[in-house]
Amino acid sequence: MGLLSSKDSKLISDPLSDDNPITIQVLGICSALAVTAELKASIVMAISVIFVMGAGNVVISLIRNIIPSKIRIIVQLTVVAALVIIVDQVLKAYSYSLSKELGAFIGLIITNCIIMGRFEAFALANGAWRSFLDGIGNALGYGLILIIVGFFRELLGSGTLLGFPVLGDPIEKTGLYSTGYENNGFMLLAPMALIVVGLIIWVQRSRNTDLIED
Amino acid sequence: MEKRTDKNSYTLLFATAMVIVIGSLLAFIASSLKSKIDENKRIEKQQNILYAMGVHENGNGNSTVAFIEASNVAGEFSKYIKKQIVITDLDIVENNDAYLIDIKKEQTKAKAGGKRQLPLFIGKKDGKTYYIVPIRGIGLWDAIWAYVAMDENMTIQGAYFDHQAETAGLGANIKQRFFMDDFIGEKLLDDNGIFKGITVSKSNSDPKNDDKNDNEVDAIAGATITGDGVSAMIKSDLRLYQPYFENLKKTN
Repeated sequence: MGLLSSKDSKLISDPLSDDNPITIQVLGICSALAVTAELKASIVMAISVIFVMGAGNVVISLIRNIIPSKIRIIVQLTVVAALVIIVDQVLKAYSYSLSKELGAFIGLIITNCIIMGRFEAFALANGAWRSFLDGIGNALGYGLILIIVGFFRELLGSGTLLGFPVLGDPIEKTGLYSTGYENNGFMLLAPMALIVVGLIIWVQRSRNTDLIED
Repeated sequence: MEKRTDKNSYTLLFATAMVIVIGSLLAFIASSLKSKIDENKRIEKQQNILYAMGVHENGNGNSTVAFIEASNVAGEFSKYIKKQIVITDLDIVENNDAYLIDIKKEQTKAKAGGKRQLPLFIGKKDGKTYYIVPIRGIGLWDAIWAYVAMDENMTIQGAYFDHQAETAGLGANIKQRFFMDDFIGEKLLDDNGIFKGITVSKSNSDPKNDDKNDNEVDAIAGATITGDGVSAMIKSDLRLYQPYFENLKKTN
């Protein structure tokens, strides 16, 4: 990344691997569990969070010196909520079909603890540009895990990817299903999201033993 | 030394200012976009009604829902929907804005002991008459609703389901064609003409929905409560239209 200094580019790359908000910090699990039954929802959620987190981190960083410390959490919550409502309203007015797709996710963004976590841990102490990079980086790290989990849950649970049947037709018994393969309905239920996240954490820590805590 | 931003007076001042600034910003955005959002919702209703009677751009072999273009909706709607009526008890009044009737409000009215207005849209396509009605119920998390097109025997000719906030990949799939299309050809009445509704069933062992006489469609795995909500709203709301169809038969 020629554009960014090495310190800045770490803000983007760290959350993608060694400081991933989901697998290392174990934040944002609630939404990772709720939206990953299908790949498309995971992607949409990832994009929405990238936007809200980038913008939110900048806003918080810009007003960090005038926020009263006693009510800073309330201020952060207000900023996220306001941003999310603005996005929701603008989408409803100018891209109605997309806003129908997003539906419930819009509200879920507000409750994402990664967002509050980054406001509190980073934006309150750093400048706007670095906060922006940190927000984008963490949202990407979150989105990456979401998409991996969504990929496996949709593939093994419904036999589709982005709604396209990639393994054949389970009712007509074509493709892979002709060999006796069945979709695993359990993959569609919330507990499997946690188990898949757990497997990702296992793979990641076994490849990088520095991450293992005593 | 105490920082300026730690003082109670400053905190109060900041909180007040924040509420005023964000409150008016959101109010301004909401009111300036309201007319556009309402217009989108109106177009969506027309698209849904037309979709239920088979006026859509789904195409062949495509499994996704494709409404007709928003820009063409007004023309197509007046072309296919011949009559809009509102039924109150046995009174039938023609009303060209019947599709704008808020079903939620009517349901609340009925619960409070008032008289519920039942909108019904009569469409004609390729010489066939469709009777389209809006219904509304409760899913797992929030409201679910549908537009159902029937023929004069109360056999389903098409349906469009939608929801506020059902779980993605599970309950949200009621708006997928593999679920909605199963309703086509299903009968609301049993062989003796008694209203039976259509049950979203987990045990009908008919995943391709070949049996159109069982008053059942196949449920979605992992969406039990949403499916039950669909069965319930079909039973409670479509039943109200049965007298209209009985009268229709007598007059013919």
